[in-house]
Amino acid sequence: MEKHYTGSQVKGVSTGTTILAAVFDGGVVIGSDSRASIGGEYVSSKTINKVIQVHDQIFCCMAGSLADAQAVTKAAKFHLSFHSIQMETPPLVISAASVLKDLCYKNKDELQAGFITAGWDRKKGPQVYVVALGGMLVSQPVTIGGSGSTYIYGYVDAKYKPNMSREECLQFATNALALAMGRDNVSGGIAHLVVITEKGVEHVVVPGDKLPKFHDE
Amino acid sequence: SMLDGTGPEWLSEEVKTGTTIIAIEYNGGVVLGSDSRVSAGASVVNRVMNKLSPLHDKIYCALSGSAADAQTIAEMVNYQLDVHSMEIGEDPQVRSAATLVKNISYKYKEELSAHLIVAGWDRRDGGQVFATLKGLITRQPFAVGGSGSSYVYGFVDAEYRRGMNKEDCQQFVVNTLSLAMSRDGSSGGVAYIVTIDEHSTEEKVILGNDLPTFFDQ
Repeated sequence: MEKHYTGSQVKGVSTGTTILAAVFDGGVVIGSDSRASIGGEYVSSKTINKVIQVHDQIFCCMAGSLADAQAVTKAAKFHLSFHSIQMETPPLVISAASVLKDLCYKNKDELQAGFITAGWDRKKGPQVYVVALGGMLVSQPVTIGGSGSTYIYGYVDAKYKPNMSREECLQFATNALALAMGRDNVSGGIAHLVVITEKGVEHVVVPGDKLPKFHDE
Repeated sequence: SMLDGTGPEWLSEEVKTGTTIIAIEYNGGVVLGSDSRVSAGASVVNRVMNKLSPLHDKIYCALSGSAADAQTIAEMVNYQLDVHSMEIGEDPQVRSAATLVKNISYKYKEELSAHLIVAGWDRRDGGQVFATLKGLITRQPFAVGGSGSSYVYGFVDAEYRRGMNKEDCQQFVVNTLSLAMSRDGSSGGVAYIVTIDEHSTEEKVILGNDLPTFFDQ
């Protein structure tokens, strides 16, 4: 996992954040919280969407410096759309992840952003890739990132099961985000989730008051 | 010399019980748990240390942070509790033990870097758990501490329910320790569990390969 910026080592606006993605039977869920903060002291946006569409059925989530993340995703979108025109076929999820990886690796000295890429393609079906801070690319069935992810490693390890149904996976992702937002002061707001399957893409937004509550709330 | 960094790194690094500790109360008693790793920088200097230290027959504390500071606080409170229980002519209350720990932690908070969780059983209030981080004292249904605790906040928030019985609590403690030990580099080894109730104080060790495993192990 990438480094966790709980001590505002990121200059400017950071998505001190919680992001995650998980594969289920037939698709993938990718999601994030919605808080953007400056140094953990001021919430500059309560409702920012950190789940970015880079192609029809490929989304990515960013953590770290917001400016870096936006610049990288913009470049990645361009590369991917050019690539898909050249190949005359929708891009593979691993291509999207590789584009992000290249940008992160080649600019590792200047950038402070990590990415989770999730999507569906015809070759391998639903997949999740994580690009860590230095540019390492790894495929995993479930992955979490951002400062809030520290608090939910135990939950994700215990509760993720391969081949869950869509509803189970959505509930798992919503719970994980809610738990992280409850403990991390730089994550919060609403939960943005995107469900990607062969058939298409569905956005699910869970407002703060509809998030699951736990024993002490 | 040994302490100036010219020898091996582990001789000059402070010895820390980078750790996972947990205590939980149930109707009639408490369960405490800890891992067994003591590290000095990157070296593990003791892989089987029992961090659950008795303060009195039915009151234990769980140690985390600097090993020297934690052990010293525990020894001092053990002595003070012995004197106190002789003065009052009966077994001390858990709250008294926690207050003694808190007094030391608060008075010397700038010099010390240890966090002790105090838990036990007394006739007046049954099973109780107290957290004493940084010199506060607060009674909680359960408490987690140490470097490994960050990774399991989500898990304990989700899994804790009021009204668990002794066996549920023991399983909860073992699961939490196992998850934390597999994610935190400073926690590991074996799991020590102590169960205290009106009738007995039972100490148990669970070896590494007998700990519960989760989907990616």
